[in-house]
Amino acid sequence: MPAEINTELENATGVDVSAARAALREVAHEPGSKKPDPIVVADNVRRTFGGLTAVDVQHVEIQRGVITALIGPNGAGKTTFFNLITGFDRPDDGDWSFNGQSLRGVAAYRVARMGMVRTFQLTKVLAKLTVLENMRVGATGQHGERLLRAMFAPFWRHQETSNTEKADALLERFLLIKKREDFAGSLSGGQRKLLEMARALMADPELVMLDEPMAGVNPALKQSLLGHVKSLRDEGRTVLFVEHDMDMVRDISDWVIVMAQGKVIAEGPPDSVMGDQRVIDAYLGSHHDQDLSVEMEEQILAAAEAEIAEEHGEEPVQTASTSSEGEQRG
Amino acid sequence: MDWHSIFSQALQQGLGPVAAVYCLAAIGLNVHFGSTGLLNFGQAGFMAVAGYAMTSFVATWGLSFWLGSLVGLVAAALLALLLGVPTLRLRADYLAIVTIAAAEIIRQTIGSVTLLKYFGGQDGLQAFNSSFANLNPFTGRIGIPGVVSWRPYDFWTLVVCWLLCALCCLVVWLLMRSPWGRVLKGIREDEDAVRSLGKNVYAYKMQSLLIGGLIGGLAGIMTALQHSAINPSFFATDTTFFAYTVLLLGGAARVLGPVAGTIIFWFLISFLDLFFGAATSGADPLIPASIMTSNQASLMRFVVMGLSLMLLMIYRPQGIFGDRRELAIDAR
Ligand SMILES: Nc1ncnc2c1ncn2[C@@H]1O[C@H](COP(=O)(O)OP(=O)(O)OP(=O)(O)O)[C@@H](O)[C@H]1O
Ligand SMILES: [Mg+2]
Repeated sequence: MPAEINTELENATGVDVSAARAALREVAHEPGSKKPDPIVVADNVRRTFGGLTAVDVQHVEIQRGVITALIGPNGAGKTTFFNLITGFDRPDDGDWSFNGQSLRGVAAYRVARMGMVRTFQLTKVLAKLTVLENMRVGATGQHGERLLRAMFAPFWRHQETSNTEKADALLERFLLIKKREDFAGSLSGGQRKLLEMARALMADPELVMLDEPMAGVNPALKQSLLGHVKSLRDEGRTVLFVEHDMDMVRDISDWVIVMAQGKVIAEGPPDSVMGDQRVIDAYLGSHHDQDLSVEMEEQILAAAEAEIAEEHGEEPVQTASTSSEGEQRG
Repeated sequence: MDWHSIFSQALQQGLGPVAAVYCLAAIGLNVHFGSTGLLNFGQAGFMAVAGYAMTSFVATWGLSFWLGSLVGLVAAALLALLLGVPTLRLRADYLAIVTIAAAEIIRQTIGSVTLLKYFGGQDGLQAFNSSFANLNPFTGRIGIPGVVSWRPYDFWTLVVCWLLCALCCLVVWLLMRSPWGRVLKGIREDEDAVRSLGKNVYAYKMQSLLIGGLIGGLAGIMTALQHSAINPSFFATDTTFFAYTVLLLGGAARVLGPVAGTIIFWFLISFLDLFFGAATSGADPLIPASIMTSNQASLMRFVVMGLSLMLLMIYRPQGIFGDRRELAIDAR
């Protein structure tokens, strides 16, 4: 069954996945590096909440046809960046595009229709709709969603049948088929994650953006989910996901972008990024959700103090805005 | 105590034109609140706009009743747009505040002395329903012999009103089983989720506000016809809250909820009124005057009604037709 879907969709999107992955080998391992075939390009995207700069991305490109991981410590601005580029939040400044088309000021629903569908870190299932109905809402271009045609079932019955078949296939794949007729509100936390992911796929997106898809999913299912995410790539979809589980990141991603304090601080293939000193510093400087030993905590504290001292030392050469921030912190 | 007469009169109310008008208003609210989660606390405003547009067309300007009714519905639609454009992008509570305020503004404006020559001030307008009354095919008292009966004009408005209810229920049922209705329910649950799936949430909310407002407009026109008069007191805030009571009693988001709700509500409220009236009147009343006088009795129906609503919300919060399973989900 999955094999059928694969070939079908591969033809539909026409992306040569192996070529896309191979092309990444030529890309420089540094923040904001140019990609051979970017699907998303963001420039100077900045979002502040009061005095806090949550996102301040100079330049970033997402390669088409591969799996890109967006990692970073808690509060790095990953979710905010997702919100900004999908139109759920407005940046203070900046420009970003999808398939070469600027998305500045484009409403969230239009972004989704263009083929860029996201999921949420805090899952948003439609609680009082059944799992199947949740899936059906995901389908695009439904005639029955237009007011005047909605009243007359012959206009949409055929489409509804094919959408239902598609939904059933996806539910099968995500192990939710037994829950088909249950209210989505009765699902467990992990099942909701699965439903949200499956629902996003109902729209046949070109770019799937997953915000912590594995949070709360049990390890056995995680393995099969990893397989699903890889199969999305093999279908020719581009995947961008946020994740804290480094094993998973190492396992499936072709490229990793690291954010810290709103900025992209490193980029590269998983192995090179995880050895990068800047990344280690960023993670050490924050309280990453790993179990930390006492020695580790002391080490972090020492590193943090050293960092603060260093920043104070640099203060005179910094611009006015950052130095005022430094003053507040110090 | 004449139980037969009490039952008969209560039934007359429960199935009567007033109940049917509230049914229409509640069907409109059901589209807003039950299906889309829009908190419209100004249904009386939609009713007033349509009702007054129709009556002033006929009574003030001497134009056709049918044209007036059409204009009334258009006016209700315009009101929906006017209220929806600024508020539907905001959180749900803003619509509630704006609609309740708008309904009061409309009522005060219509009743003002400045507009006396158009809308008749607090006395309102009369003598506009001759075209409607002339269509009345019924003569003599009519109803179920020995059980309940209505005067011919009341029966005529009742029939028209219930037919409109049936039509609206049919339209709502057709819409709510469709993918369009599914999107509305999705918006009620989580509008960001629906937005992330490529649906224009704002447009759907606007369509919902329009449809519910139009049905409210119908209720306003029928209010005027059923009273053969119109005045601002018909459209006070409690009109909206009675319609909400009817809706919650029957069960929100159920197509036939408002129908069951309105029959039960009006039957009960007039039954209680008649019962306490009878129980406190006469030479040797059932309830002695030391406990309750007949003046106090007329308020008892609201006390009992309020109490039963509280009990309903505690023991059957989904309403009479509601789905218990849906409610269990709220607890999570
Ligand atoms: N609506 C908001 N109002 C104020 N501050 C916000 C808001 N949303 C995010 N922030 C702040 O912006 C920063 C980035 O938040 P964001 O949710 O993007 O982090 P994240 O990288 O997704 O973290 P996590 O890995 O914990 O999910 C945080 O410091 C957060 O406090
Ligand atoms: Mg996040």
